Amino acid sequence: MDKLQAIVDQYQKVPGGLIEAFHAVQDEYAYIPEEALRRLAKAFEVPLARAYGIASFYSYLSLKPRGQYIIRICKSAPCHVKGAAEVVKTLEEELAIRMGETTPDQLFTLEFTECVGVCAETPVITINGEPYGDLTSAKVKEILAQYRQPQ
Amino acid sequence: MVNLTIDNISVSVPSGSTILQAAQAVGLKIPTLCYHPDQTVKANCRVCLVEVEGARGLQAACSQTVVEGMVVRTSTPLVFKARKAVVELILARHPQDCLNCVRNGCCELQDLAQELGIREIPYAREIKGMPQDKSTPSLVLDPDKCILCRRCLTVCQEVQTVNALGLRARGYQTSVGPAFYQQLNESTCVMCGQCTQVCPTGALAEREEIDKLLDALADPSKIVVTQMAPAVRVALAEEVGLPTGELDMLTLVGGLRRLGFHRVFHTNFTADLTIMEEGHELLERLNNGGTLPMLTSCSPGWINFIETFYPDLLDNLSTCKSPQQMFGALVKTYWAQKAGVDPAQIYSVSIMPCTAKKYEAARPEMQDSGYQDVDLVLTTREIGKLFRMAGIDLKQVPPSEFDPWMGAYTGAGVIFGATGGVMEAALRTVYEVVTGNELANLDFTVCRGMTGIKEAEVDLAGTQVKVAIAHGLGNARQLMERIRAGEADYHFVEIMACPGGCIGGGGQPRQTDNAQRAIRIEAIYQEDVALALRKSHENPEVKQLYTEFLGQPLGDKSHQLLHTHYQAKSKKLK
Amino acid sequence: MREEKRISLKHYGLIDPDQIEDYLEHGGYQSLQKALSQPPAAIVQAVKDAGLRGRGGAGFKAGIKWGFTLQTPAEQKYIICNADEGEPGTFKDRLIMEGDPHLVLEGMAIAGYAVGASKGYIYCRGEYPYIVKRLKRAIEQAREKGLLGTNRFESNFSFDVEVRMGAGAYICGEETALIESLEGKRGEPRSKPPFPGVAGLWGKPTVVNNVETLAAVPWIIEHGATAYQQIGASRYPGTKIFTLTGDVARKGFCEVPTDVTLRELVYDFGGGVAGGKKLQAVQVGGTSGAFLPESLLDTPADLDSMAAVGGTLGSGAVLVVDETRDLVDLAVTIASFFKHESCGKCTPCREGTFQLHRLLEKISRGQGSRQDLETLERLMWIMTQASFCGLGHTAPTPILTMLQYFPDPFNNRVNSQAG
Ligand SMILES: Cc1cc2nc3c(=O)[nH]c(=O)nc-3n(C[C@H](O)[C@H](O)[C@H](O)COP(=O)(O)O)c2cc1C
Ligand code: SF4
Ligand code: SF4
Ligand code: SF4
Ligand code: SF4
Ligand code: FES
Ligand code: FES
Repeated sequence: MDKLQAIVDQYQKVPGGLIEAFHAVQDEYAYIPEEALRRLAKAFEVPLARAYGIASFYSYLSLKPRGQYIIRICKSAPCHVKGAAEVVKTLEEELAIRMGETTPDQLFTLEFTECVGVCAETPVITINGEPYGDLTSAKVKEILAQYRQPQ
Repeated sequence: MVNLTIDNISVSVPSGSTILQAAQAVGLKIPTLCYHPDQTVKANCRVCLVEVEGARGLQAACSQTVVEGMVVRTSTPLVFKARKAVVELILARHPQDCLNCVRNGCCELQDLAQELGIREIPYAREIKGMPQDKSTPSLVLDPDKCILCRRCLTVCQEVQTVNALGLRARGYQTSVGPAFYQQLNESTCVMCGQCTQVCPTGALAEREEIDKLLDALADPSKIVVTQMAPAVRVALAEEVGLPTGELDMLTLVGGLRRLGFHRVFHTNFTADLTIMEEGHELLERLNNGGTLPMLTSCSPGWINFIETFYPDLLDNLSTCKSPQQMFGALVKTYWAQKAGVDPAQIYSVSIMPCTAKKYEAARPEMQDSGYQDVDLVLTTREIGKLFRMAGIDLKQVPPSEFDPWMGAYTGAGVIFGATGGVMEAALRTVYEVVTGNELANLDFTVCRGMTGIKEAEVDLAGTQVKVAIAHGLGNARQLMERIRAGEADYHFVEIMACPGGCIGGGGQPRQTDNAQRAIRIEAIYQEDVALALRKSHENPEVKQLYTEFLGQPLGDKSHQLLHTHYQAKSKKLK
Repeated sequence: MREEKRISLKHYGLIDPDQIEDYLEHGGYQSLQKALSQPPAAIVQAVKDAGLRGRGGAGFKAGIKWGFTLQTPAEQKYIICNADEGEPGTFKDRLIMEGDPHLVLEGMAIAGYAVGASKGYIYCRGEYPYIVKRLKRAIEQAREKGLLGTNRFESNFSFDVEVRMGAGAYICGEETALIESLEGKRGEPRSKPPFPGVAGLWGKPTVVNNVETLAAVPWIIEHGATAYQQIGASRYPGTKIFTLTGDVARKGFCEVPTDVTLRELVYDFGGGVAGGKKLQAVQVGGTSGAFLPESLLDTPADLDSMAAVGGTLGSGAVLVVDETRDLVDLAVTIASFFKHESCGKCTPCREGTFQLHRLLEKISRGQGSRQDLETLERLMWIMTQASFCGLGHTAPTPILTMLQYFPDPFNNRVNSQAG
């Protein structure tokens, strides 16, 4: 894991940089593999139990493998009243997985999120951090089609 | 000083005091759960609620500091209602398994529910349903019973610096345990049991093995022998309703016989023996350029710690087994021979202040007698339970003598129970062995007391010997860092895993806080001065053991039975 | 009709946020230069005189806060810009940082000069990776221009800024939890006192201010305290950005003087209820805010007026709920938010948010009883009384105000339960 070493080197000296390093690991692997957590804990001289406590505190950090595209559906009140449930339904049907799951081809993972701050365009999803708003079933299908195309 | 009134009583306390401290100063009890007198304030349980005039909402007495003119009320209907409402919330997700629980009758949560008169929980009960962790021979972690007070975390992370335990997830899913939801035996846990000392509930407790003893006692083919550690007697008194230290040794022997033990011996005997072996090992290292400083090896929590965190310093570790294991190896060889019994019949039980001893006894290294040297380890708490189960009132039991050959001991063996005791005992013997002179004053008071790291320099017939003593693994870690860095020029270092030494062990009666530790230490030194013999090399049965069986300290037989080598733990753990 | 007045959003949509030159052409960093020509205490005084109060929700007086830190001697002090913006329905801080990142940096630098801090952090929520990029770019540009970085000013003042990304925890908007998170730990709140102003990041005196608060500072320095003080409500002067969401005809935002009323916000700026439906309720202040009925729409939206009707101004989010919405269902959603976002440190909130969600779900399913409503009251009472931090204190607010102003949906649901 050379990429991991690069991350360690970049953040090791940053005071309190462990969470930044977690972000970097996640950008690379879509989640935080056990091996990476152990390596980072050692590099930051944070005991493993504490490092795990930190990683498992934040909902943006995942300790289980995820797909290439992480689709997060906002379920906070403003999105909820504007039809987040409909978006969930469409996504689950289109991808044939349930919330929290990853497609067998490892392409998509479905997760809930709380408000992502795009509330003038409710309901909202983000795909790898990129927000998509004013969603309808049709629009969701269109977006998925874009991501499904081999790039 | 700050002046305030609590329940209309005027109080004057130093500034910076909390409401809780001020209330204690005038004898008012405010219930607490996350508060622990030896720990930093966490203020997370919210049961210590009180009313403060002019404040928004109720205040947590354990964290709120007093201000001049403050008006506090600790027992109003509102306060009771609030405390109840908090405890109800805890109980709504608590197993309420009291009748089957290791803490039944000695549980802070149970007591609190009792005191508050909780009769009904308005919420449908839903427990987390997490598996119990019985992966180690020493402990049971039952996350469902955890109330997330975090007292164990302070101990495991800050006092012991082991960091086996941590928090996992957040919010209502938060739990306490090793990383990745692994089991304790996959973590850095050294099984010191200090967490079980501070846990207010049955979430972290010793692994109870009373039934194994009952089975052995019921088996007519077994000869059940017992040894008890130096720190047991003083603290066991607390379990049986006597003041610390006031349980008479021979009465205890009588009580153990009533429980059905066939032979009763004392670990103090092998503590004296340890001094003979370890003292000579030190002299040998000093004379022959051996690895220094030599580190004591009688605390199994410490052994686990050095194996895990400082494997590079294992050569510094004395090769002596702990007194418990020396005893175990001898009872199935030396004693069996003398008594003319088949060692296979012997069921060897030790009564220990320590949870790590359970693990030590089960180690594969510990079969030098040809059998598992020690078959069962019960903690002081378990033996207290056993006395209650058997209905034996130790205040009314007639005294009885120890069985011959492995029950005699000196004051040097006794003080093994307190931090600095091994060092002091060793110095008493080493001094006389080296100088050939009798010590004028046996009390090496520099070795005593609760200071985390103690250092001294002793003159042995012209040779200055530098020694250090650490208790509690956080202090041990500090010393190891210095030794590793080559910054320490000690010759001999005593380490005890538990704060205060074995009197503060993980298997001792609850609640073992620092105040209680000090009281027990006092009782240990009182026992020492009251004894006629106070130097290990004067122990008559130890002398007899050398003449009849071992030959001499560090002889072949000693090496075979009383010494061992430890190995680095394969460490993914840290 | 009421008009917008843009202070924090003064350049929004008018400049290219990725070009520092654009900002400089619009007078950027001149407030900083102006501030540097005065003694730090004078800047603190100006912010005090302006009456600027925190826009992050609590409304603490910024000048007083800065004063504490200025008066606490220390080798190192810090400015933290709170850009965690986790309150659902809120995106005002995003708008500011997106449209005018240098304004935030300039506000921070002035704060740093005023209190004696040489280092600033922007703690930006993880949900805004694109904003983090923009901020980092802006910082680079400011460094190149010698506006940030080491010892760049004649006055010997140096100030640098680093951006840190949150990782999905609403509680990290609470200032002490934020500090813990910045230190690389679990984002759990600390006991106060000590307050961050005295002992904050790494134990050093630290000013924590919201993005919108800091973004108002350059304007105050430029136009003077009195000019600011005269805008809006006298006890909560200035402007406030409101975000309009839910069943409003025109979802969006506006920056207006603080004496605006809820009615003006919903009808003048939001165009009223969408689809010609009737208004059922507005929730003001984000998900931890109060649900208010039509009859209170003429209440001014400033902090004190809102508090007077049992509400909060909070983040300035306004959620419009039309007559067709099921409030009980909405209550379940809100409770689910708090259950998910409670840090888990203290009993009343950790267990309380869990039970709150469960009870409301039960009621929503039509399986609740009168008894459950009483339990609900008791539960919310203990959460507000005994929780460790603001999250637990305020989590019941939306439900309490629903029960206060809209009891019928709950009573009906409970009564529909046979027996
Ligand atoms: C649960 C909770 C969440 C909060 N979230 C935010 C937030 O997202 N942004 C913010 O600026 N302040 C938030 N605050 C308020 C901060 O603690 C703090 O008061 C504020 O950042 C101070 O800045 P100000 O005085 O400029 O408003 C939150 C407080 C609590 C209790
Ligand atoms: S931990 Fe205490 S309250 Fe819980 S089941 Fe055991 S004895 Fe009962
Ligand atoms: S036994 Fe000791 S090391 Fe193990 S979890 Fe408990 S305190 Fe930590
Ligand atoms: S295991 Fe015990 S000591 Fe540790 S947090 Fe839970 S209840 Fe407290
Ligand atoms: S109220 Fe308690 S549990 Fe809730 S967020 Fe604050 S500290 Fe955490
Ligand atoms: S509520 Fe869904 S993006 Fe804000
Ligand atoms: S004892 Fe005070 S909050 Fe736990």
